[in-house]
Amino acid sequence: MQQYFEVRWHGRGGQGAKTAALLFGEAAMETGKYIQAFPEYGPERTGAPVKAYNRLSDGPIRIHTQVINPDVVVVLDASLLESINVTEGLKDNGALIVNTQEKAAAIKEKLRVTNAKVAVVDATKIAVEILKKNVPNTVMLGAMVKITGVLEWDSALASIKEKLEVKFRGRTEIIEGNVEAIKRAYDEVEVA
Amino acid sequence: MKTIAKTGNEAMAYAMKQINPDVVAAYPITPATEIVQIFSNYVADGEVDTEFVAVESEHSALSACVGASLAGGRVMTSTASQGLALMHEILYIAAGNRLPIVIALVNRSLSAPINIHCDHSDTMGSREAGWMQLYCANSQEAYDSLIIALKVAEQTAVPAIVSTDAFIISHAMERLEVLEDEEVQRFIGEYKPRFSALDLENPKTFGPLDLQDYFFEHKRAQIDDFSKVLGTYNKVAQEYAELSGRYYPALEEYKTDDADVAIFTAGSTADTAKEVVDGLREQGRKMGLVRMRMWRPLPVEEIKAALGKFKAVAVMDRSDTMADFGGPVFLETRGILYDAKKKPLLTDYVYGLGGRNIDISDILRVYDEIEQVVKQGKIDKLITYLGVRGEE
Repeated sequence: MQQYFEVRWHGRGGQGAKTAALLFGEAAMETGKYIQAFPEYGPERTGAPVKAYNRLSDGPIRIHTQVINPDVVVVLDASLLESINVTEGLKDNGALIVNTQEKAAAIKEKLRVTNAKVAVVDATKIAVEILKKNVPNTVMLGAMVKITGVLEWDSALASIKEKLEVKFRGRTEIIEGNVEAIKRAYDEVEVA
Repeated sequence: MKTIAKTGNEAMAYAMKQINPDVVAAYPITPATEIVQIFSNYVADGEVDTEFVAVESEHSALSACVGASLAGGRVMTSTASQGLALMHEILYIAAGNRLPIVIALVNRSLSAPINIHCDHSDTMGSREAGWMQLYCANSQEAYDSLIIALKVAEQTAVPAIVSTDAFIISHAMERLEVLEDEEVQRFIGEYKPRFSALDLENPKTFGPLDLQDYFFEHKRAQIDDFSKVLGTYNKVAQEYAELSGRYYPALEEYKTDDADVAIFTAGSTADTAKEVVDGLREQGRKMGLVRMRMWRPLPVEEIKAALGKFKAVAVMDRSDTMADFGGPVFLETRGILYDAKKKPLLTDYVYGLGGRNIDISDILRVYDEIEQVVKQGKIDKLITYLGVRGEE
């Protein structure tokens, strides 16, 4: 059977977990991959825990099942670590990437992760400093691309910028701010 | 031809944009809301010439479509679940008046209990309304099928429903290839209605009372025209393949040539099952898949020929008939195979109601069990409710 690269995004309603999955998917498509990006819908409300997924492949993707064993888990909100088992199903040698102020080693110990690497970046701080708003979703894409190595950095960044240009037509400040924040996350992400 | 990333809903809205219908009348309902929401943006941005009619219910939506279609327009709408149920009365009126309206539909369970996720109860509940039905496996197919269905509908004067699986396809972004606007326009051509209420030179009466004297003949004529849909579909699907490189048979067979057993199912699950079949083949197990894409009209001879060659077949139904006899695909398939010279042992798996995830392991289990049926030469359990707690 075909090999897939699968991602699970954890966030809270309103933080843009779905948007991050869509942006990551489209960026991956631009590099020639076949992609899926889909949210998990339930009775979600602003602030409630939400999930979104990616599935990437070099060939056409035919399976339409939930992602059960992700290669990567991205957590947009560290407060979710208290209430949700974010490492559930995470593949051996996979990666957990968390938006937090804590050190990677501390998160690794707290969640007792032994089979995967843990990476952290303070995406909230970066977002607040550069974008003046707590919107960590696009910022995390920088950490995501670096840690996974599944996408080529330059083309991924170019693609994300292109999508932002469509979304924020003419609002240069937001577009450039997002790009800067993504680059900073790429530089600042720390691994344990 | 260009490659883009779109969800099932976005893909269907994009196809509607390229079709550029005269009238769209619609009422929003989860998970199909996005289709008309995105389409109404196209209207507001002047990218289509469509008259968009915002109405107060799905009953009104399809009623407005009937009026617009009687007036000679190219007409489309979109709905799901309860919305289709509320349209039910008007479905028959559209079909009986031979109005080639096309619905971009998202398959969602029917209440109660209330649920917004996928099963096929909504369209299966409208099987007798006289509409062509196409069940799509992915976003690409949803885009392509709307274009194909519109042309078939207009050529046969039979309305059509094209559907995707709620959320699994409707809200999942995938990579797909789309045609240029002009290519779509050239393919569907100009719509020339047989009759138009606005043709003042040739006034006609539409929808008059039709009692014991002629009703039966008119119904028989409708049934007769309906029987021609498959032939027209085959021709149009071929034309579309020449244009796009993508061919969609009414009934699809996957790795069935030397197979002893097969699953017979529809929608996104059929796509997933293809991957499972590839895995089984790698293990040397001769198993195949038959995908039900068109379920109205029923491709009877095709089903007989396709399923007749297996020793055993497991139907996977994403709805139930409440007949205490499994799902509709199973029931009708059994009927079709009754007089077949060669017929397989046939079992039914009702699965995925209300959006219950269907995993690769679930499909593998069905293949394992149907293989067991062949070994034993008999069926132990005719109807299984796959993965239901408390039952198995």
